[in-house]
Amino acid sequence: MALLSFERKYRVRGGTLIGGDLFDFWVGPFYVGFFGVITAIFASLGTALIFYCASQGGTWNPWLISIAPPDLKYGLGLAPLREGGFWQVITVCAIVSFTSWALREVEICRKLGMGYHVPIAFGFAIFAYVSLVVIRPVLLGAWHFGFPYGIFSHLDWVSNTGYQYLHFHYNPAHMLAVSFFFTTTLALALHGALVLSAVNPKEGETVKTPEYEDTFFRDLIGYSIGTLGIHRLGLLLALNAGFWSAICIIISGPLWTKGWPEWWNWWLNLPIWS
Amino acid sequence: MKPNLMLRLGAVLIGAALLSACQVGTKSAKQYGYRGTGMDQITLAAASKKIDPINVVPPPPYDPPKPGGRPAKEAYQNVQVLGDISEDEFSYTMAAITQWIAPEQGCNYCHNPANMASDELYTKKVARRMLQMTRKINTGWTNHVHQTGVTCYTCHRGQAVPTENWALPAKGNPDSILGNLHGQNKPMIATAYSSLPNTAFAKYLLDSNSSPIRVQTTYSHPSQYPATKNKVTTMGAEGTYSLMMHTSTALGVNCTFCHNAGSFQAWNMSTPKRVNAWYGYRMVRDINGEYIGSLASVFPKHRLGPQGDPLKVNCTTCHRGINKPLGGVSMVKDYPALRPTAPMVTAAAAPAAAPAAAPTKMP
Repeated sequence: MALLSFERKYRVRGGTLIGGDLFDFWVGPFYVGFFGVITAIFASLGTALIFYCASQGGTWNPWLISIAPPDLKYGLGLAPLREGGFWQVITVCAIVSFTSWALREVEICRKLGMGYHVPIAFGFAIFAYVSLVVIRPVLLGAWHFGFPYGIFSHLDWVSNTGYQYLHFHYNPAHMLAVSFFFTTTLALALHGALVLSAVNPKEGETVKTPEYEDTFFRDLIGYSIGTLGIHRLGLLLALNAGFWSAICIIISGPLWTKGWPEWWNWWLNLPIWS
Repeated sequence: MKPNLMLRLGAVLIGAALLSACQVGTKSAKQYGYRGTGMDQITLAAASKKIDPINVVPPPPYDPPKPGGRPAKEAYQNVQVLGDISEDEFSYTMAAITQWIAPEQGCNYCHNPANMASDELYTKKVARRMLQMTRKINTGWTNHVHQTGVTCYTCHRGQAVPTENWALPAKGNPDSILGNLHGQNKPMIATAYSSLPNTAFAKYLLDSNSSPIRVQTTYSHPSQYPATKNKVTTMGAEGTYSLMMHTSTALGVNCTFCHNAGSFQAWNMSTPKRVNAWYGYRMVRDINGEYIGSLASVFPKHRLGPQGDPLKVNCTTCHRGINKPLGGVSMVKDYPALRPTAPMVTAAAAPAAAPAAAPTKMP
């Protein structure tokens, strides 16, 4: 409770994007806002539809429940509810609620006079999802190409969609995305370890200043990116991971239809040595 | 501002270069599996409409003769395979074969014009064995070729030696690691330009004793392998993946044409096409082992590969980038001599009963 009463000082009205004072209040620890209400409505509706659709699917095994997109023949039109229509409605609910959640973050940023780094970062996650269920399906001309909503089924979709290009590890954007994912975890591990080593000493020892952290890395690799810089780097790495994952699936089909290994023949065909 | 401009220019150039390596045209798609499984084939719409002239069936040399008449074995000497067909049909079939295999050289490619019955040219002996093979494929391998059947043209396409062939690869220098890639890491169409091993044909398609086509065992430790079960290692599985790359490329399809990646092994998750492919691999082994292999001593040296074995077939030899060779047109119906109705005495034994790995449960 102490923290909440302390926070009250920062809880100022105004700064909303739409709706003025409408829903401009807090419930317990949560800021509501217009977009909070929209998020709540669409997230609840989407979740309820997932449960209803699951009830029609013949299994309650949580691993096997799957809500699949329509058949290819429906193109970019609406499909009957039980033949992919539920998937379409749930997709709309998901996009609206994810976007509203990002806009609610924007409103909180505005109230506090902060930068929009958090909603922008979340925007990359939304972009990755929208790439899979809207951008690529639209480019290929059918909602059929979205991924199914199910634990095992979406993994199988990823696998089969990868095998449509024989060997997905040769996808250049996939290579970048995987490299960024690994580098993100490396940077996070180094950063977490470094901070703990300086500010969480053994009992009886003093907390070390950032100069110690900088010196550690200068001794180790000749350079320290600094206390602010490491967070810029972390954000850059993480956003690139999400961004290139989105790109790697958007280009698979819309920009390349053969096996990914064959794409690299442009290198073999360079006039320098071919 | 200057470096900024350079950066922008660089970004535009790199972007243009990357796009130039892509296929930007309209796409067309086919659905292979239940919705949501991701079993689809996306192709360039323009490429899927265009028919390569090599995949067009040529017309018969002239109108097929009416049935009946003197049998060929009475009309000519030394007719060992086509003796029971009529004299007219025999001439018709010979004319077609000439068009398909030696359109420029003509009859003399296989025959001594002074004595047509003579076996002195090696090409005639090869042709006889190939006729036996074609008749065997059309009657014994219907699980793969179905009623569409094959003719000489399915492989030859107007060439004496089918252009899509393979032989055992030249051996690397065992005394040096320099320049020896150990049969992998070499971009070639046989592996769909991947780094996978490129010796899959020799391993899986040589003859009926070739290795079983397997991916890695589902057991975690060698000590748990039951004696009869699949013992292929993860590394060994790469050979199978390499062969699959070849088959996909040869048929112009992707892995999901036959498989659901949820389990490559499980027959009840695969598409019915996988059954065709299963028989196809066995047919290719039969062709390479029983027919082409039996001609090893007949071929002259310039017709042999670097290890002295004859040039053999793989999926591409017939398929040429489409899943039904020659667009699925049944060519053999115009050449009944290549598909005898009665069982043949000359053919090798019918395909052996499917081994334990055969499909037990059809999807």
